Amino acid sequence: MTHLADPVRASAHRSTAGTSPPGRSRRPGSRTTRPGARRLRPLLFCAPFIVLFAGMYLAPIAYAAVSSLFALHRTGLGLTAPTARFDPLSNYTQALQDDAFTSSLIRVALFGVVQVPVMLGLALVLALLFDAKSARGKGFFRLSSFLPYAIPGVSAALVWSFMYSSQSSPINRLLEPLGAAVPFFDEDLALWSVANIVTWSWAGYNAIIIYSALQAIPSEILEAARMDGASAIRIAWSIKIPAVRGALVLTTVFSIIGSAQLFNEPTVLQPVSGGSISSTFTPIMSAQSAVAAGNHHYAAAQSVLLAVAVGVVSFAFFKLTERKGQA
Amino acid sequence: MSTVSGKRVALRPRRETTPVSRGAVMGLLGLSALYFLFPLWWLVVSASKPFGEQFSGTGLWFDGFGLFDNIARLSSQDDGIFWRWMLNSVLYCGVGALVGTALSALTGYALAKYDFPGRGALFGTILAAVLVPKVLFTLPLYLMFSGVHLIDNPLAVLLPSVVSPFGVYLARVFAAQTVPDEVLESGRLDGAGEFRIFRSIGLRMMLPALVTIFLFQLVEIWNNYLLPSMVLGDDRLQPVTVGLVGWNASHVAVPPPLVVIGSLVSVVPLVIAFLALQRFWRAGMTAGALK
Repeated sequence: MTHLADPVRASAHRSTAGTSPPGRSRRPGSRTTRPGARRLRPLLFCAPFIVLFAGMYLAPIAYAAVSSLFALHRTGLGLTAPTARFDPLSNYTQALQDDAFTSSLIRVALFGVVQVPVMLGLALVLALLFDAKSARGKGFFRLSSFLPYAIPGVSAALVWSFMYSSQSSPINRLLEPLGAAVPFFDEDLALWSVANIVTWSWAGYNAIIIYSALQAIPSEILEAARMDGASAIRIAWSIKIPAVRGALVLTTVFSIIGSAQLFNEPTVLQPVSGGSISSTFTPIMSAQSAVAAGNHHYAAAQSVLLAVAVGVVSFAFFKLTERKGQA
Repeated sequence: MSTVSGKRVALRPRRETTPVSRGAVMGLLGLSALYFLFPLWWLVVSASKPFGEQFSGTGLWFDGFGLFDNIARLSSQDDGIFWRWMLNSVLYCGVGALVGTALSALTGYALAKYDFPGRGALFGTILAAVLVPKVLFTLPLYLMFSGVHLIDNPLAVLLPSVVSPFGVYLARVFAAQTVPDEVLESGRLDGAGEFRIFRSIGLRMMLPALVTIFLFQLVEIWNNYLLPSMVLGDDRLQPVTVGLVGWNASHVAVPPPLVVIGSLVSVVPLVIAFLALQRFWRAGMTAGALK
């Protein structure tokens, strides 16, 4: 054990200069534990997490991938229960030809293309305002924008459903004297009513992340720009926004992922939407209905397609911003 | 540092903000506060009105007082199941976040402070997992749990919620920042075992950071809706989010005003925790943004 582990240990030390090899300056043998056991000790620290991670993250991925390759086949007159047969492409071709599923994918893509820039634009403006010299009572405004983050997604959707519902909408009550009313659950408007809830919940959270990045800009740089006579807007555009690029990329990727898993808000609004929010409104809802219909193989295929789509979009976005950054 | 602030004082008169820019900035900030606080204001006002008046008027100002009566009605609906839901939420969140933070701390500390076979691969996998939508795991988890008869068992909610790749990532960042190698080294020279060093030195130095991780996990578990709604069919086991959505969808069985009042009561604990522990949020988000 000892003679085997030692050379490995030595090479590990060499390869990790700058990190923190255990006992770098310490002679082996100054301890009672055997060196081999010592080297594997960190794995014991990680073991509980690794086991649960494998069970709760890796196993479901494998399960969904395998499950999606089996298709349900109904026999004869459908008097017996359908059986699952290995038929790797069947669920995928069905999903891609399923209008409800493909339109849910397009709907969520449209949602992402519009909602993510609007929300992050709002978050960026808020962060710049929090950072502005002219602002007073910044603590209060930061807090009020961040407060919705503390409200669970479904609770936020419940509250907004009362804001939207024709019986209770305080917004429409206020508009009543003007003879106007917003049809929040109109066929064309329902998606944006959902987008508003998501924006309300997350804009402040993202603003605080961007604001934190703004705080890291060295004050000397801002000072120098001011001495050169640059206006506040010019400084924001030429110094502050480029400086928070990293935070913007990060929040964009997390927002894209968030859009892909859109579920809670439309599910809560569905019963009061008068039919404009269907049970297959988003891809996750569509997979849910497949499970409810007893076809979890089909649901698995839909989940895999969604995961691949999200992975491709996130990766493409990372690559795109990376190249720009180096140029 | 002192020279910089000295300059700042000297230059002040030249770049004093104009009334126009102050007006514009404050106007925009005021609008944003209106947007963010409006629904919460409506919720507080409506829940305080006498029972049944929740949807009358514009809902923007108080009109009679029935908050305590409303809470009494909420407590008696369906044999007081609302408080059972609240208790479930507190238990799932408390236990889940506590265990999850402990696991994140151990793993993040080991990733930051030790070299071991597979460290890079492990960290890469965890980072990749941060980028996978969590909801995607819910369906296969539900099927796996029904395979091993864990449906209607609190473990089906707890087990997935203690695994937080983002928590591990934060713990690793924090451990690298706050725990100096020299201190660990001196602990080793004193003959302390690695776990003892972690417990008495590492954990103590990471403590403020661990509060941040705990809070992030708490909110995430409290927010989780899809998984508990699938794996917990028995309403006595459900967390408050699932219970309230069930009430909301039932329409006739449960009067809608109770959903309004329940919504208010259910967000109060989180809002309080959130206001009281503000500085810990900031710490976590700064790390998330800059690293």
